[in-house]
Amino acid sequence: MADDFEVPKLPTYLEIPKMNEGVMAGDGPFKSVEEFQTPLGFPGAKVDNWQEVAINKMGELKSKYRSVQVFLDACVKCGACTDKCHYFLGSSDPKNMPVARQDLFRSVYRRHFTFAGKYFPKLVGAKELDDAMLDDWYNYFHQCSQCRRCSVFCPYGIDTAEISMAAREVLDAVGIGQKYCNQILGKAITIGNNLGLPEPALRDTLLDLEEEIEEETGVAVKYPLDQKGAEILLITPSADFFAEPHIDGLIGYGKVFHQDGVSWTMSSYASEGANFGMFIGSYDIMRKAALRIRKAALDLEVSRVMVGECGHAWRVAYSFWNTLSGVGAGADISDEHAMKLQNQLDSRYPQPQHIIEYTHDLIQRNKLKFDKSANDDRTVTFHDSCNVARATNMGGIPNGQFILPREVIKAVCNNYVDMERSTIMESTFCCGGGGGLLTDDLMEIRIKGAMPRMQALKEVEKTDAVDTLVAICAICKSQFSKVLPKFDFDPYMIVSAHQLVSEAIIMDKPQTDDSEAEMPIEETITETVE
Amino acid sequence: MRMAREVVLFESLFKSNKWTWLFGWLFHVGLLLVLIRHARYFWPGDLPEIFLLVQPFKYAAFAMVIGLIGLMGRRIAVERIRYISAPSDYLMLILMLVIGISGAVMTFTSNHTDVIMVKQFASGLLTFDWANLPTEVHFLVHIFMVFVLMAIFPISKLLHVPGVFFSPTRNQVDDARKKRHISPWALRQEKEQEVRLNETLGKDE
Repeated sequence: MADDFEVPKLPTYLEIPKMNEGVMAGDGPFKSVEEFQTPLGFPGAKVDNWQEVAINKMGELKSKYRSVQVFLDACVKCGACTDKCHYFLGSSDPKNMPVARQDLFRSVYRRHFTFAGKYFPKLVGAKELDDAMLDDWYNYFHQCSQCRRCSVFCPYGIDTAEISMAAREVLDAVGIGQKYCNQILGKAITIGNNLGLPEPALRDTLLDLEEEIEEETGVAVKYPLDQKGAEILLITPSADFFAEPHIDGLIGYGKVFHQDGVSWTMSSYASEGANFGMFIGSYDIMRKAALRIRKAALDLEVSRVMVGECGHAWRVAYSFWNTLSGVGAGADISDEHAMKLQNQLDSRYPQPQHIIEYTHDLIQRNKLKFDKSANDDRTVTFHDSCNVARATNMGGIPNGQFILPREVIKAVCNNYVDMERSTIMESTFCCGGGGGLLTDDLMEIRIKGAMPRMQALKEVEKTDAVDTLVAICAICKSQFSKVLPKFDFDPYMIVSAHQLVSEAIIMDKPQTDDSEAEMPIEETITETVE
Repeated sequence: MRMAREVVLFESLFKSNKWTWLFGWLFHVGLLLVLIRHARYFWPGDLPEIFLLVQPFKYAAFAMVIGLIGLMGRRIAVERIRYISAPSDYLMLILMLVIGISGAVMTFTSNHTDVIMVKQFASGLLTFDWANLPTEVHFLVHIFMVFVLMAIFPISKLLHVPGVFFSPTRNQVDDARKKRHISPWALRQEKEQEVRLNETLGKDE
């Protein structure tokens, strides 16, 4: 994609831009090809009767998902959402206003599925699905990171993410897929992770990591793979296995597990937390990816399933795993599918559990010791990742998803400040790269969309000399590494929450080594479930 | 409960835009009070004393009209909202304005209509006993527009009224880890896939 765009200047205050129609018009991200489409069950190229297929698919989605129908019908065009999307604030293209983005889909819905739109299309803004409209769909529904910020401000809770998922599902059904997502999904559902790392490569990477940590700390922190009978199965985004700054987070998880003395494992069959099936709106593919985790949990006979630092993975895990794969609790006795797994899982813990919940719990119980001064060279702020902030919870307490990560960070470092209130917690600005946009061919929208977050960061840099940005999402971390330098920040200022944990944690030295394996597991269990 | 706050106070709208909230809320509350006061036209027989309390609600008509004018002003003046507006969005406001203003004119100027006749007509409707309506122009405009409004209710954006109660992002309970929520179609699909899975597994062996 063209590099001839200007990186937005960071204003002192975030202002609502004047509209510039068509600035983000274009062909959208690279399109998928047959090779990546067929394995997912999508047509390899745009089908001949695409209009018919698309309208049928819309009808199917409308009846399947209450969200889609309610959101399409309930909008009154009040305009409350128009200045809430980071992509609009950063790009000033009016089609990036949430309601205008929805209207691309809604106008076709009205034309084909509502009385007013069938007979008075002009009056209610109903439009036909023609080539131009389809191109707009492809372009603008790939300028939405499905972060759901608009839905917080909508009086009816209309969630553009649902609409953009539906639109992408229709696009896939007519054979127009996005290369980035669909290629990755192919790897995820055949090899087990988004990177396509096979088992030997994974094992190798982990062995290297063990050596590295032992050299550095003198403690033999283990990274077990496919260890049958372990207590915890860790599902983490595959970026954690090798890329900076992700891997420092993985080092942190390992150290925490080591200190707790719990037995844990990862799976080579399900070595991916991310689930791009959600981004393309496909229930089936999302389920396929989730079922790998179910199988891994059953095969490895674990009693707990835990999720690493990944935003949308936590949404899928927290909100959908119970439905998709049975990783959860409360199954009906008649529900064989769920019962089979839930009989094996330990109901005293939340299933699935987030690594932050786990570490937080250990800190609460004084199981971990820290030297907070190890992070004294940093002044830290926390970026709430959209999917964690607006689609999940932690700790089972209201707003736990905001409280727990901050408490973990504050437990391991002395200098912490929050960014401006309207840009964090439930109003957090997306990093700009979520929702399947984390690809170089979308760099322009990624940079522009990052502007609101960068502006808030710049402010705390000026006022509090913040030099470290913490995130608990692999996509956020990758995106920030790329866009931070464009806004004159140090690309290495983005770190994992567990990297800070890793730096401050005081490890027991090897003399107590042999006791580690026999630690009575029962004693470490407390009531994390309320 | 958040749904109650949402419906009564328009909490999310307050968070997002104070002007839209102010005008929107004024309009909706005004409308509600005016509607309550309209009950007296439908009440069969003499009015119980409680209706004296409702009497001052007639001033809510001003809140309603002010709210509507504010909303219309925004729709025209704010570039972003003009961009997203279809003709029907303006027409809806005009319709409500005509209803509100014609009603207020009857109440507050000397153009009173014969409310007793209206009452006979309205209670007549309830008992299938047809009575004649007054024929003042203000009244006819008022009631005709109300009929139009009622007619387009189910096919227009007025569906936001029931819609807000069904909005999944507002009415779902946060208990996904403790309870399995599965749609009937997803369950059906799961069963079918399981059968297929079993069949293919059988062939492999």
